[in-house]
Amino acid sequence: MSVDKETVRKVAKLARLAVPEERLEPLTAELNGILKWIEQLNEVDVAGVDPMTSTVDMKLPMREDVLQSGPTGGGQPDNVVANAPRTEDHFFVVPKVVE
Amino acid sequence: MANITDLTLAALRDALKAKKVSSLEATDAYLANIDKAKDLNAFVVVTADKARAMAKASDARIAKGEGGPIEGAPLGIKDLFCTEGVQTTAGSHILEGFVPTYESSVSANLWREGAVMLGKLNMDEFAMGSSNETSYFGPVINPWRAKGGNAPLTPGGSSGGSSTSVAAHLCAAATATDTGGSIRQPASLTATVGVKPTYGRCSRWGIVAFASSLDQAGPIARDTRDAAIMLRSMAGFDTKDSTSVNRPVPDYEKSLGASVKGLRIGVPKEYRIDGMPAEIEKLWADGIKWMKDAGCEIVDISLPLTKYALPVYYIVAPAEASSNLARYDGVRYGHRAKEFTDVHSMYANSRAEGFGKEVQRRIMIGTYVLSAGYYDAYYLRAQKVRKRILDEFNDAFKKVDLILTPSAPSAAFALGEKSNDPVQMYLNDVFTVTANLAGLPGASVPAGLDAKGLPLGLQLIAKPFDEETMFKGMYALEQAANFKAQPEKWWG
Repeated sequence: MSVDKETVRKVAKLARLAVPEERLEPLTAELNGILKWIEQLNEVDVAGVDPMTSTVDMKLPMREDVLQSGPTGGGQPDNVVANAPRTEDHFFVVPKVVE
Repeated sequence: MANITDLTLAALRDALKAKKVSSLEATDAYLANIDKAKDLNAFVVVTADKARAMAKASDARIAKGEGGPIEGAPLGIKDLFCTEGVQTTAGSHILEGFVPTYESSVSANLWREGAVMLGKLNMDEFAMGSSNETSYFGPVINPWRAKGGNAPLTPGGSSGGSSTSVAAHLCAAATATDTGGSIRQPASLTATVGVKPTYGRCSRWGIVAFASSLDQAGPIARDTRDAAIMLRSMAGFDTKDSTSVNRPVPDYEKSLGASVKGLRIGVPKEYRIDGMPAEIEKLWADGIKWMKDAGCEIVDISLPLTKYALPVYYIVAPAEASSNLARYDGVRYGHRAKEFTDVHSMYANSRAEGFGKEVQRRIMIGTYVLSAGYYDAYYLRAQKVRKRILDEFNDAFKKVDLILTPSAPSAAFALGEKSNDPVQMYLNDVFTVTANLAGLPGASVPAGLDAKGLPLGLQLIAKPFDEETMFKGMYALEQAANFKAQPEKWWG
């Protein structure tokens, strides 16, 4: 499988990356180079193999559904917005989304 | 003391404890080295004031007879670890100016143990690279140069700031991370020791995420003992990382010097790849002989799926990265574009301006292989091959205790030499990436020099959570290799 310029344009849109028109052709070639190399996986017999879902054989730990203390806890709006490019009264400010 | 910065972490620790040297003296000596080594570009941020304050606090604890196992030891922290109040960039423009309000669990563990932070170490952008050339802050330069040459060489990647700063004595030891070889390959290229522990051994909480099922923190240090000391202090169970494993952390230093007699060392024939330099073949043969002489049993093994590990990696890692990096939207943190017409173009422009070329390439690959209609053909197939690679290792480890391979397919190469061909660059990780896919611990130990006088490393891979046997083997390799070379000092 290889990608064409229109597919690359579509993938860039899905990935929320603004790719300038003149970069689409070279990017298509770069991605096809990588995809072609990846396709050697088609040689491997995977019939009846379950896909790997966990690197370490363990059960996902459960915890009580209560507010944690410390940095993963609540009640720290100053910290939450500390690095935001634009905020107002502990809200993130974005361009208008609803007309 | 003649030169504090020439002491290993173990020797410095002992000198600090015996009050032969103060942490402030050691910290000042390292800060002076860092100041003279600007040409190496190893640090993104030097935290001199914080370092001196931490050193003074350490000295006060030592004076009272208190202090942790590495009290007062000055360390470098890879810029992928969030550090409270100190800029953390992951080598990316998109995070330039990001100052975390929290501390990563691994670095918090180190401060609890008494360590001092010298600053944040340069790295490939979001840990995506094998030469440090993808860093927004410019490449790190390897302190090693080819005999008779002065061309700048790569210190490897992505933990190039870590490998260079340890090799050039800009810190006593450094933290690093390894997603496909980012600890072991730079260690191999700089004659340092790099350890990637078992997946789950070190908490990933507070480490900027690249590929979550592969990322694992570990140390780069001057020798095996220093790496053992570092790993013990970095590792530990953390409820904030659901893949962190609740097991006691052994004192790895106790494994050093233990007899390796009777250990079964596997030598996988598939790691003998086309175009591998004869010097690396020879070094590998030396390593086999050293282990045999130390009383190990050498077992020929076969891992036929080895050649598929990198293609699997270049589906799984970009897929996870495209998902992890979706958080950089110019809203909550990071760079926001100045020019946009609506919220969608704000996202797209912010990301296009903030991410470098290689990161964008991997986000594109990841988005494509996860997109509707392609998921089964790429991602699902890759995860099935990955499972078969894991099974292959499990079978091999029924017959052997450790696996011995070269760490990297070449010595340090020139900047620019491989940066135009992504696939050529990816091949750097051919020997290391398998351990990430299978979650296994792996380590690189300096073992020799090539004809140009550049260092080469050997890798040991161990069973899950059997770092102790790995350290035993590393120490035996290190003793036999008796590697003493140092880079000739041309900087500063």
